[in-house]
Amino acid sequence: MIANYGYMDGSGEYYITIDTDKCVECEGKMCVTACPKALFERVTDDYDDDVVKIADSKVKDIRYQCMECKSPGHPVLPCIAACTPMALKHSW
Amino acid sequence: MISAGIDIGSKNIKVVILDGKKIIGSAIQTSGENQEKVVDETLALAVEDAKIDRSDIDRIAATGIGRKTFKNADYVITDVTAGGRGIFECNNSVRTGIEVGAEESKAIRVNQAGKVTDSAVNEKCAAGSGSFVESMARALGINVKLFAELALSSDATIPMNAQCAVFAESEVVSLIAQNTSQKDISKAVHDSIASRVSSMARRVKLEPKIAIFGGLAYNPGFVSAFKKNLEIEEIFIPEKPLFVDALGAALLAQEKTVED
Repeated sequence: MIANYGYMDGSGEYYITIDTDKCVECEGKMCVTACPKALFERVTDDYDDDVVKIADSKVKDIRYQCMECKSPGHPVLPCIAACTPMALKHSW
Repeated sequence: MISAGIDIGSKNIKVVILDGKKIIGSAIQTSGENQEKVVDETLALAVEDAKIDRSDIDRIAATGIGRKTFKNADYVITDVTAGGRGIFECNNSVRTGIEVGAEESKAIRVNQAGKVTDSAVNEKCAAGSGSFVESMARALGINVKLFAELALSSDATIPMNAQCAVFAESEVVSLIAQNTSQKDISKAVHDSIASRVSSMARRVKLEPKIAIFGGLAYNPGFVSAFKKNLEIEEIFIPEKPLFVDALGAALLAQEKTVED
């Protein structure tokens, strides 16, 4: 499943996309510990797959949560670098 | 097997009771402040409608924004999965379901088996939700039903520049002050919501047949504006658009039991 977590408002679209078909194959789920804002959480989804999702409490402000990592001096986002199956994408 | 699906939404609580795949009872109530009490009451009403006893229900699945608050659920299912399963049951040729509820909108793509393959949710922006229509109708001093129907009688294209429900309301007040007709304001509001929901929906690969459900599926002004925005002729609206998530949850409760 391609799961888009985030929102759109007057200033733009802010979504983190997780390809759960790729995510389920990853044992380490290193993105969970790589994110300094603890955006990701490991869950068993409705189809009983062991995947990662964005924590409910952080979905509505991911733009601000990700701001630090997206500032100059961070060429590669830690979550993207940690995601070995390349299941993660940011829309902005 | 008898199962119940409870959709605990931000505005309404919906319950569907199934015997196998047949709907034998349903009920809906406004969420209110004491959500737990209203859930119990709505379930009791659905049980009464089904002419069964509460103890006859084998499995209960909860979904919706308040799904985690219901302690007696055998399964807790996200509204994306429940919505996808529910709309596929209503029409198995649907591949994309767009749900527009009171406080959020979501787009769900399903495969030939009814499994969700793609999803996007926007629960932050009120300008793409049913509560926006209600507040705009209130600003015009007319009821929501009339407000929705008025949009169909207008050909005007008035762009609403505000990107936020709060600012949009002041834009509507300005239009009223400029003596813009109610039907033109209604069309402008519905065009604006349709535009927001469409751009969220385009995040998933829109594949026909497309369906709309949730409260705004009852709104002809929105449905017309949405079809125009997506440039589609046909859109499927289930018979009971508010109960799709509850139906999906009730079905998944049975299917998960079989798996277990």
